[in-house]
Amino acid sequence: MSFIAKPKVAHPGLVKNELGLTRRDYEGGMSTLCAGCGHDSVTAAIIQAVWELSVRPEQLAKLSGIGCSSKTTAYFVSGGHGFNAVHGRMPSIATGANAANRDLYYIGVSGDGDTLSIGFGQFAHAIRRNINMLYMIENNGVYGLTKGQFSASADVGSKAKRGEANVQPPVDPVLTALTLGCTFVARSFSGDKEQLVPLIKAGLKHKGFALIDVLSPCVTFNDHEGSTKSYEFVRDHYDEVVHTDFVAPAQEITTQYAEGEAMPVTLHDGSRVLLRKLDPAYDPTHRGKAFNYLRDKLRQGEYVTGLIYINEKNTEFHEVNNTPTVPLNQLPYEQLTPGKKGMEKIMGKYR
Amino acid sequence: MLTADAQDRINDFVIKLANVNGTGSASANTLLMKSIFRMGIPVMGKNYFPSNIQGLPTWYEVRVTRDGYVARSGRLDIMVAMNAETYARDLKEVNPGGYLIYDSSWPRPALLKRDDITILGVPLARMCNETFKGVRARILLKNIMYAGVLAALLEIDLDVMRALLGESYASKKSLLDSNVQALEIGYNYAREHFPCPLPIRVARMDKTSNHILIDGNTSAALGCLYAGATVGAWYPITPSTSLMDGFKSFCQKWRVDPQTGKNNFAIIQAEDELSAIGAVIGASWNGARSFTPTSGPGISLMNEFIGLAYYAEVPAVIFDIQRVGPSTGMPTRTQQGDIMLAAYASHGDTRHVLLFPANPEECFHMAVQSFDLAERLQTPVFVMSDLDIGMNDWMCPVLDWDESYKPDRGKVLNKEQIEKLTRFHRYLDLDEDAIPYRTLPGVHPKGAYFTRGSGHTQYGGYTEDSGEYQIVLDRLKRKFERAKSLVPKAVIDSSGNDTAIISVGSSDGAVHEALDILRRRGLKLDYMRIRAFPFGQEVEKFLASHSVLFVVEQNRDAQLRSLLTLETPVEKSKLRSILHYSGLPISSSCIVDGVLSDLGNQKRSAVG
Repeated sequence: MSFIAKPKVAHPGLVKNELGLTRRDYEGGMSTLCAGCGHDSVTAAIIQAVWELSVRPEQLAKLSGIGCSSKTTAYFVSGGHGFNAVHGRMPSIATGANAANRDLYYIGVSGDGDTLSIGFGQFAHAIRRNINMLYMIENNGVYGLTKGQFSASADVGSKAKRGEANVQPPVDPVLTALTLGCTFVARSFSGDKEQLVPLIKAGLKHKGFALIDVLSPCVTFNDHEGSTKSYEFVRDHYDEVVHTDFVAPAQEITTQYAEGEAMPVTLHDGSRVLLRKLDPAYDPTHRGKAFNYLRDKLRQGEYVTGLIYINEKNTEFHEVNNTPTVPLNQLPYEQLTPGKKGMEKIMGKYR
Repeated sequence: MLTADAQDRINDFVIKLANVNGTGSASANTLLMKSIFRMGIPVMGKNYFPSNIQGLPTWYEVRVTRDGYVARSGRLDIMVAMNAETYARDLKEVNPGGYLIYDSSWPRPALLKRDDITILGVPLARMCNETFKGVRARILLKNIMYAGVLAALLEIDLDVMRALLGESYASKKSLLDSNVQALEIGYNYAREHFPCPLPIRVARMDKTSNHILIDGNTSAALGCLYAGATVGAWYPITPSTSLMDGFKSFCQKWRVDPQTGKNNFAIIQAEDELSAIGAVIGASWNGARSFTPTSGPGISLMNEFIGLAYYAEVPAVIFDIQRVGPSTGMPTRTQQGDIMLAAYASHGDTRHVLLFPANPEECFHMAVQSFDLAERLQTPVFVMSDLDIGMNDWMCPVLDWDESYKPDRGKVLNKEQIEKLTRFHRYLDLDEDAIPYRTLPGVHPKGAYFTRGSGHTQYGGYTEDSGEYQIVLDRLKRKFERAKSLVPKAVIDSSGNDTAIISVGSSDGAVHEALDILRRRGLKLDYMRIRAFPFGQEVEKFLASHSVLFVVEQNRDAQLRSLLTLETPVEKSKLRSILHYSGLPISSSCIVDGVLSDLGNQKRSAVG
């Protein structure tokens, strides 16, 4: 971590977004993570994405659990409320918060321990409820804060810093999410901002539960030889299945993507994700094919990255629950009580 | 025990109906109770049901009580023994001079005899089989038939019963006809074969006109509706389930927008209680009134989150419909066994606001109040009901609604207020009332802060600094002190006696009757019913001004007594426990016996 606080000066030359805000306006507190931590790159990508989307800072609710990854919600968009919940329980906080106010953007930042071990049940059920949120896993295969134990995403044979090899098979959050019917499934790498930023933008704009599993090496406990979540290993075993570009609704689609190469997917608000296919056989709107492709690549020792699966024709939590367009936390009390007359009517049944 | 004069038993007796679970006896038993209620006679009904869907024994107890007592008396005058499996113990339970009604379609075990009670056999199954077709109808209508037998024996108005059946089967003519037929067959059989009415019987009164029969879970659900709760999250657990069922059905009637057809509520059936309380905290953090109904095992699971809500100061309303513990215990039996668990739930220094309703009427009012308190104090509030209140029908005054009610949303800053601030500090005690200001997400970027369960300063920032940490922790203690003046006061009946009873929640009804019985025996006692934790000044005063205090509660370990000794300066030896933890609701006789034996021992030891 750095001990020098960045001075808050607005340089007149800084680029502004539609709201007239600069990237600096989307920054948060100073990171207390280790220098070179992959998580800080993810934080930077989130800042870039929400700035580019021109999200009003207060419209972003940042939720997390416990762990290194979960600390990062304090490091971006200090103008948005943050909630650092208990270990593995962020999805339930997100569920309640989203139920109360459907008008905000919800971004949940979690880790592999937080999501795949202690919070596995909540993770699965938030997907099942299809909460409209972006859920990011900063996945490093290791418990950092408790000094380097294997997490549930550690690969068999992956070595800990002191040489001990992991023997238990990993839980793959991407395969899990696909199985559970998650409507937006992506994987990326903290070191690949070019891929990550459009994915974050698309995930925030996606209606329903969007998962991005970000391989984010732990420089202190899991960046050594023998680790399968080190910078070097990830760069060497990286298979970009589709290249994603996010296009806001106001913008025209650029013509740089030739037909057949690019596949536009329209999101519910009219904005689009452009998927430039690197593998012509790959279809990100077909869940079964995506699943098989991932399994095949995994057998070859490759991590598939990019937008792996998307389904915009889903029904998210509020549609399922038939709630009004006005958020529940903004309904006036008069609309919620049957009043004295109502009580008289209700009492009739119990006389 | 002496049999009371026949005249004394009019409108003052207890019927128990022994059935097999899953045979549809509930509707017959409710019919019986409600028809007596509609005749203007106060009634009490208790359902003792198994944790089972079909096959295990179940009992329903109806107490006809002209004096309007709401608790069990501890005696039994008429047993309707419909369950062969429990026949032997059911027979034993009847008080001398009482009656037992059984199905005489089959021979009764000859060995089981009692000469001190009257045994009446009615060939219920045979008559049902002769009249009705289909196994299901025969099983169900047998119950209605014994209700008809009782109507003749006890002189229950048959027209009232017919009217009630008419209300139940308003849209199902064929069902109504067969039910009325079964009722009349039973009625006529009894009239022909037995001397009707019995000396034990009912006679019209006018004591129920402004009253209802309602269970506490339904009235608590109604409280949530009137409090303006919009998000309910839960995991099904007996005996709390009917609270959310009630909320859902009230919402479907009163919360669906007539123009748009949209639901002005959201009910989340979570994957477990951890998630349920998480959703409540998330919704409350975001400014919606939110609650969860659960029972002891659910509270055990929720502990971690409860501590977070306490420390991060997020409102939450938790209904604990207490059941028998420890562990899974007896899920369908009642107890007041979660008092200590709830008072100090979660690790570290935590203390929580508890409300103790004594009946369904208070479940309604305390439900509304719990939301006001949770938002005013920015903390979890527990409504400590139990299975007896929650799931049994109680006679209560008709609920009234004060139209002038406005929800107390507490110290929440709006957009304009935040705009005027130079800086917002989440946990700063600006007003010196130990309650800081809150902001809601989405309102203003200047109001944003980071909610966390980790150490924080009064400004809302992360800290590991001892001094900064203690400032917040000490203020939380002052906030809890402040709650003393905001929570419902104890109900005190004091007329200068030196000896008193203290009770809580559903033990109240039995205490009231016990006090009357003791008074008739020349023993006058004062009484205090505690309605909330933290204990107010009035509680301490009452404790100080009596030298012997019987603490009546329904658990083994005297949890209320423990809490009183921990949280007040009361001298421990003054508090004497009367404990009941069988799983059945406490009876007045248990309290009378407890007081008398203790005071008797005292006299003996004074003499000896």
